[in-house]
Amino acid sequence: MTSAAMDSIVAPLLSVAPTRALVDEMFTVRVENLPPCQHFTLHSLHLSEDNDYWEAFGHYTSNHKGTVVPQDYTKGGTYTGKEPMGLLWSLRPVPGSRKGLRLRKMNVCSPLLYTISVYSGHLVVGFRAQAPLASALAERWYMAPGVQRISIKEKAVRGTMFFPPGTEWPLPWTLGYYFGPGEMETTEMKSNYFETAFNIVKDHPRVISNKVGIVGLSLGATVAFYLATESKVVKPCCCVCINGHHFNPSGKHLFDLSYDSFKMHVRKLSAYWIDCFEYQESIIIIYLNFWQMGKINCPMLLVCGEDDQNVPAVEVADDIERMVRAAGKDRLLTRLNYPGAGHLIEVPYAPHFRVTAFMQAKEQKVMIVWGGQTKPHSDAQEDSWQKILDYLQLHLYSCPSLASKL
Amino acid sequence: QPHPAKSQHLKEPCYLSVQPCRALVDEKFKVLVQKAPPGAQLTVRSHHHSENKHEWEAFGHYICDSTGPRGTYEGVEPMGLLWSLRPVPGSKPGLRLRKMNVETPMEVTVSVYQGHLSEDFSEQRALAAVVVERWYMAPGVRRIPVTEHDTMLCSGPGRFPAVLDLWGGGGNLMEYRASLLASHGFAALVLDYLTNELTKTTGKMMENDYFEVAFKFLEQHPQIVGSRIAMWGLSFGTAMTLKMAVYSNVIKLRCAVCYSGSHIQPVDGSVKDIKEYMGKKRENIRVTENQEVIFRDLTLPVPKDPAFKVDMGRLQCPLQVVVGLDDQSWPAYESAMDMKVMMEEAGNSHLLTLLTYPHTGHLIEPPYSPYVRTSILRPFPVKVLWGGETAAHSRAQEDAWRKTLLFLREHLYDMRNSAVTSKSNL
Repeated sequence: MTSAAMDSIVAPLLSVAPTRALVDEMFTVRVENLPPCQHFTLHSLHLSEDNDYWEAFGHYTSNHKGTVVPQDYTKGGTYTGKEPMGLLWSLRPVPGSRKGLRLRKMNVCSPLLYTISVYSGHLVVGFRAQAPLASALAERWYMAPGVQRISIKEKAVRGTMFFPPGTEWPLPWTLGYYFGPGEMETTEMKSNYFETAFNIVKDHPRVISNKVGIVGLSLGATVAFYLATESKVVKPCCCVCINGHHFNPSGKHLFDLSYDSFKMHVRKLSAYWIDCFEYQESIIIIYLNFWQMGKINCPMLLVCGEDDQNVPAVEVADDIERMVRAAGKDRLLTRLNYPGAGHLIEVPYAPHFRVTAFMQAKEQKVMIVWGGQTKPHSDAQEDSWQKILDYLQLHLYSCPSLASKL
Repeated sequence: QPHPAKSQHLKEPCYLSVQPCRALVDEKFKVLVQKAPPGAQLTVRSHHHSENKHEWEAFGHYICDSTGPRGTYEGVEPMGLLWSLRPVPGSKPGLRLRKMNVETPMEVTVSVYQGHLSEDFSEQRALAAVVVERWYMAPGVRRIPVTEHDTMLCSGPGRFPAVLDLWGGGGNLMEYRASLLASHGFAALVLDYLTNELTKTTGKMMENDYFEVAFKFLEQHPQIVGSRIAMWGLSFGTAMTLKMAVYSNVIKLRCAVCYSGSHIQPVDGSVKDIKEYMGKKRENIRVTENQEVIFRDLTLPVPKDPAFKVDMGRLQCPLQVVVGLDDQSWPAYESAMDMKVMMEEAGNSHLLTLLTYPHTGHLIEPPYSPYVRTSILRPFPVKVLWGGETAAHSRAQEDAWRKTLLFLREHLYDMRNSAVTSKSNL
């Protein structure tokens, strides 16, 4: 092609708005100046901290003005239908990647970078071998500007505190217990480990001591159940529990066990517990105890992925409801069910993983089925996050809600 | 009325959010205050520490009631927290807020206070605060110093149309408009043609071929579509833009944009000659009772002699002219009227788009840039009156920027009637 001919071809204009956003904010991608009524593919590419490439794409047809927007209907790709955020939530490892990958941001002080591109035609593979017609870079942040991140290493407790910016006023707080078996160091977890952590937060000068809530996913939810029912030391203001189980493996305090023996209990049961819950409840009752959920004294939000293959989230929630109702405390309990959602209900637009590799113990990698179908799981993440934020705001900021939009 | 610090009224913090918390400087944000009791008096304040260590602030007074807040801006204008930023009391006079390092964001702290405060904010405890980042550069835009006095800004990969960006008499290399253009899909080359190293050390001003060299650099650049280059001048930069657009045999512009400038200049003159001509009629300089200097009459009345104004009848590319009707520094309006007449007589007035803004001064900057009515213009050790009124000038900045981007998209991207939605950056 001569350079004169090249000159007369003007590139399409691809714009992402906003180019920088928090991970739970929406964006819009717009492509203009395309030839009308032709096939194009919108593509997003992300290089993870582990150096794996992740991608998502959708097939579109430009309209008569030569424009494509993701609110348009897509019939093919990693997502279908009218899905403006599909380029994020349907992200998956590129063909040829290692198996069982999971995308998690370890350094929250830097953004996730996505290259959003438009290609000619309806492509399914080979994106990196072709030059896109246009590209833009989008940043997605876990931290807003001004948020301070402080590592905590106090009284054997290890964690991170995040402070909202600006004010000197004490603030309400959320304590997040977010981990699963195998992800913690093999240290002995004394019964007071989580109580100590809670008190470190509660006693901090910038924290309103009677406004400390807990958010837990998976085993973190179990910790929340324990603290809300058994702890004599800790009184959470409210709890958000996502896909946790409420059983106490030995009937003793959960964390009087050494971590290794706890793991052993979990592994012994995990092969059987779904069956046990569904078909052999009587056996469970013989061999297991549960946290007495009727003892809760704070509001609790249960989030259940109905297709959770790791924890029988629905059965657990049913049982918790039964116990709480029997104690006359159902006004404290709120429940959100998400059909088609799996175990790992994360923040909005995070990619969905049905199966990933997991270090069960040192040198022992297994493939764990978390469950969920991508589209309903992603919808669950979007819906539950907003409801969780509203729930925390309701219980931790106690002034009557009156919004003032300036 | 109890002193706010001792009041028991609002013991608990309220909930403040600004969305988005990171944005380009030409994008809007929304401010939301929640959990404040009805009837509460609130002050929302923005605060910024500039690169040269000055403090700027703006604030608005609100009352929370069941029908919503009543603010001291006309209606409800969250962007006023930016465009009405002004130096805090006690600051050096004549300051102007301009971002020199475009690779870092401008950080603005937005806070909410109990009561209707107008001063002494540092002695009060904010009920809540957020930090907002305002960026001149989108992710992916690269900043490429070309020489020590020119910078190119470009997002990549791919080929782009380009804009040659010229500022005015204050000189220095101001990259912020060019980096915004690059964030919107236009490669941009900003030139320091008045105060670069060569001029500073030898005293020699740039010749006209300086601009032609810059143009050719763009034209031949592998990432630039050589047939789609525009020039955008503000103030003195307008003089150069019009000169090149009409007379240069080398520079072939797809379109041109002129803000707050004029076509009045010695047509055969170099940059040096033009500068001297601009300052000749010193007797026309006026000074207000506040010692503010008005330069606009220096080149008035519009000459009848064609040797002293660019022959607009010879212009061959579309031209957008933006004029503040209260411009106290350049006779932009008088010049625009004369240009219009020249083009009507020559039959090329269809190329001209003229945008005039009442109560708008000389420094028509990107949207939400803080408005200043006067500032010290280096190298002159005087306070220059730019003109305009805060709200009208700020609205003009917003409107002109949007229309200029549309103008550039139309001519550099062949995008006619492109849709402008609330979601786009325009």
